[in-house]
Amino acid sequence: MGGITFGYLARRLTVFFLTIWISATLIWLIPRVAPGDPISAMVARMTRQAGYVENSDVIIEGWKARFGLNDPLPVQYLRYLGNIIRLDFGYSLAFFPTPVNEIIGRALPWTVGLLLVAITITFLLGNFLGALLAWRQTPRLIKYIIPLGMIFTSIPSILAALFLIYVFAYMLDWFPMIGSYARGMQPAFNMEFIASVIKHGTLPALSIVLVSFGYWTLGMRGMMVTVEGEDYMHLARAKGLNPFYVLYRYMVRNAILPQVTALAITLGTLVSGQVLVEYIFSYQGMGTVIFTAIRNQDYTVIQGASFFVIVLTALSVLIIDLIYPMIDPRITYERK
Amino acid sequence: MASTNTDHPIETPFELARAETARKPKRMGRLNRWDTPWFNSKLITGVVIIGLILLIGILGRLFWNADLAYTASSPLNLPPVGFVNTRGQAGTWEHPLGTENSGRDMLALMIVGAPNSFMVGVIAATVGMSVGIILGFSAGFLGGRVDDVIRLLSDVSITIPALMVLIVIQALLKQIELTTMALLIALFAWPSPTRLIRGQVLSMRESGYVLMAKLSGASSFDIMFKEILPNLLPYLAASFIGNTTGAILAAIGLEVLGLGPQRVPTLGGTIYFAIEGAALLRNMWWWWGLPTLTLAIMFIGLLLINLGLDEIANPRLRQASQ
Repeated sequence: MGGITFGYLARRLTVFFLTIWISATLIWLIPRVAPGDPISAMVARMTRQAGYVENSDVIIEGWKARFGLNDPLPVQYLRYLGNIIRLDFGYSLAFFPTPVNEIIGRALPWTVGLLLVAITITFLLGNFLGALLAWRQTPRLIKYIIPLGMIFTSIPSILAALFLIYVFAYMLDWFPMIGSYARGMQPAFNMEFIASVIKHGTLPALSIVLVSFGYWTLGMRGMMVTVEGEDYMHLARAKGLNPFYVLYRYMVRNAILPQVTALAITLGTLVSGQVLVEYIFSYQGMGTVIFTAIRNQDYTVIQGASFFVIVLTALSVLIIDLIYPMIDPRITYERK
Repeated sequence: MASTNTDHPIETPFELARAETARKPKRMGRLNRWDTPWFNSKLITGVVIIGLILLIGILGRLFWNADLAYTASSPLNLPPVGFVNTRGQAGTWEHPLGTENSGRDMLALMIVGAPNSFMVGVIAATVGMSVGIILGFSAGFLGGRVDDVIRLLSDVSITIPALMVLIVIQALLKQIELTTMALLIALFAWPSPTRLIRGQVLSMRESGYVLMAKLSGASSFDIMFKEILPNLLPYLAASFIGNTTGAILAAIGLEVLGLGPQRVPTLGGTIYFAIEGAALLRNMWWWWGLPTLTLAIMFIGLLLINLGLDEIANPRLRQASQ
């Protein structure tokens, strides 16, 4: 990574830490400037859902002490930031002695795994099809078929998830409806378990791929069309280069660069979409953790899990940004 | 775009020249006033789809009792007309699209819910757009420190997964109104218009017509809003639609998790209740399917509008699609 200048690195790291700091501050600030005190609101909700809550004032006082809500606000804020830096989210309120980090730790591998698979497929497939759409040598038929496949583009992944679950799990029974592996199976590194994981992961991954690959196709097509008008394309053709070589080395190589930047920008939306898909499929990732916590009014888990997803996203963006100079050598000469 | 300049007197030599060319018919193809890039098929189809959904929402209240969208106003679990539910009940014309678990009429839910979802998107996008225009122009035009700060802030905000922040905030709030939710979503709707406008302003700042206007002594304000802004129109419109889509998406996400407004019927809220009520396992497809379908059509309409606007902004795409 010798190409990265100090200024570039510093700016990327600033963005990374600012992202985390601003998110953390928003999460902390807005509920506090909103009318009403959050803890009483939670107890009020519990009362609504479960009838009478015994000793509710004791609970309120206990939680207030636990969160240090009787201290002055700046002190609370600093302590909150301190905990967040150490990634210490305390204990789950609903499953009391379990630390929030343990719950997150169990869910995280599933989320990261599904995310990597889904995004890789989406990105490669979308860009490949987009390149085909714009390439002159592509057969006409393919140019008509690809847009048909993009019918799901732009609808939220959660809606696609519902549709897929109904058709392929409920009606056809090809795939399981919920979970990340067959119930009763012990996680182990053998063929049977891996097969089960793949079978359970197909529909969740598909609901993400189906709705988002079209964006990459459209973006890639737009970039390819722009590259097509460049002078070096005429030169390459005039030299009589192999059309496949021109496609790959001249067109795709240049058109893919803004797509990588776009990946960093849309990652937040992709992650949010996946969290919802996980919830629909009861996939054992962060989405299910967050939904269960919302249902249990388990505020520490909601906060911890959501914040972890934010950190995960910011980290992925940072990684993409650091890889970027390697595929686009021009970037390090940017400014200064 | 020429029409935007007819309402103020012609001042600059550049505009004089433009007015001159506008009077002369240019090419045969442009004689027809309907032959503008704004009338492309994608844009029209998209506008018609969104228009129909809104029309059903507005006119529907005249023909259908909107109160049926609330709990216990109708019999439970009826299927749509022409179908039979698992308990052998047939659909009736009193509830043509069926009813759900707690006695809400599906047709009324769609009539009330669809405009609600759309409204959240439009409010959030409008706020985001207004902030974006101000910040984008400031960054692109003033440059220097202002640009650095705005650019950094928008780079940061654009990578935050908004839904995660909103989940934490709304999990803590007691009750949430539709407009409060829209404003919270708007917190994350400003970075993309800001970036877009900044980029366009930077590239247009050095272009001939802006230099010409500067030479003619036009004020910065005039250059920004009378010269550059009209040229940004297709970009702004596309960005607005993109933001609306994003905001509706965030709202649906929150509603589906059960964090949306509880007092007004929403499409996402209907899906939440359907999932909670095991609608999939009970084969009550109309319960989750109708809001899903309505939203899907709405999103496809928005996408078509966006693609149509892209073709206006980028003429190369226009040629490629023909």
